[in-house]
Amino acid sequence: MVRATTKAVAKTKAAPAAKAGKGAKGPVTVIVGTRKGAFLLKSDAPRRTWTQSAPILLGHVVYHVILDPRDRKTLLMASTTGHMGPTVYRSTDRGRTWKEASKPPAFPKAPEGETGRAVDHVFWLTPGHASEPGVWFSGTSPQGLFRSADGGDTWEGVAGFNAHPTKDTWTGGPKDMTPDGGKMHSILIDPRDKRHMYIGMSGGGVFESTDYGADWKPLNKGCEGFGPEPKEYGHDPHDVKLHPLMPDRLYQQNHCGIYRMDRPTGEWVRVGRAMPKKVGDIGFPIVVHPRDPDVAWVFPMDGGSVWPRTSPDAKPASYGTRDAGASWARLDGGLPAKHAYWTVKRQAMCCDAHDPVGLYLGTTSGQVWASRNEGAKWTCIANHLPHVYSVTVAGF
Amino acid sequence: MRVNLSSHFRSYTAGKPAVQATGATLDEALRDLDRQFPGLRFRLVDEQDRVRRHVKVFVNATPVEALATPVVASDELHILGALSGG
Repeated sequence: MVRATTKAVAKTKAAPAAKAGKGAKGPVTVIVGTRKGAFLLKSDAPRRTWTQSAPILLGHVVYHVILDPRDRKTLLMASTTGHMGPTVYRSTDRGRTWKEASKPPAFPKAPEGETGRAVDHVFWLTPGHASEPGVWFSGTSPQGLFRSADGGDTWEGVAGFNAHPTKDTWTGGPKDMTPDGGKMHSILIDPRDKRHMYIGMSGGGVFESTDYGADWKPLNKGCEGFGPEPKEYGHDPHDVKLHPLMPDRLYQQNHCGIYRMDRPTGEWVRVGRAMPKKVGDIGFPIVVHPRDPDVAWVFPMDGGSVWPRTSPDAKPASYGTRDAGASWARLDGGLPAKHAYWTVKRQAMCCDAHDPVGLYLGTTSGQVWASRNEGAKWTCIANHLPHVYSVTVAGF
Repeated sequence: MRVNLSSHFRSYTAGKPAVQATGATLDEALRDLDRQFPGLRFRLVDEQDRVRRHVKVFVNATPVEALATPVVASDELHILGALSGG
């Protein structure tokens, strides 16, 4: 891999108006998706005491579970099992009961004599724009984009991406994808304009549509890439976030570093250069503060030698920035001080909307950790779970 | 015909280990199962009409993959979870 040069990190300030707003109050529910089912962790109002639910769909592989922020009671779950094909489960009562989608995401049947694609698993779920109740998007492996207009019960492919003539060039072959198949993730909807969307692909990169998914263009300039000649595609964003109050600001935890982009520029800046060299800036998740676009958190992993993908030096830590990536502070209070060989997957770190913000993460070793004070101090709130794939927050 | 299902698939049949299906081919039998137990077929067969990688289907004692395989009412289907996972 050849590393391209990157520009110096520019210190920027968010617009004051973007920092407005008060924090949420009351109990939260952390929704945990694991390799063997889902669990709900419910807090008391101060978020000090947690109660764990019985497993939901024990034995099912759960990649992502998301609450619909528009009705605050519908949950969608991206699921498969070791034997059966992929599906989406829906709950309309905040997780008490679940029903399978009547038409899960699936590619079109190929013409006779041609080899068609089949969805192996649904990897990512995103609620649609606030103006479109019931609309959801999902990302699959192999990489496909799907849309539901009925709250996740039936799904149709977004042909503007799935049949795009350049899709196969963008995504590459098996050596350009994650070991268990390429993944469509980080489906982002601009809160100002439902037609403006981003997607992340591992591999492929970040792509943008301004016409509700009818066409897509790569948005990877500035990212260090693979191969001797980095291109506008073929990149590996692990997790991309758009700030809801300042949608022209994007953060990205990439396979090759931590980046920020402030539109209208179309170039990523490697803000991870400011991370300690011994830790590096490789990881899966990136989380943005719900009210302050200058604040974000990552959870680095070891991307050296053969890529162990465990915490650097076996000492897990989150790192937070309060100046849009110009500097980063280590946030490891309460986390294991040594001998901890786990990491945090891309869907497995999130925050609530309280003040101070609560942070939550799930580990590959089956623990869930919470911080009530924006990462300053962490507490283990669930242990002995299966490998955690997804951690999201619901305000109920 | 009688269709025996391993435990993996019985959430669709209200826990029943064996159900009845009709059809002249494996495809028709699976579509009949899907009419009775909505959603089951897609968990067994992908959108390209391939039996999924970790699903094994037998007509009597013969393993089959092709959905066009002919079946008769006196046949017995076995739909099993293949060896996989961990």
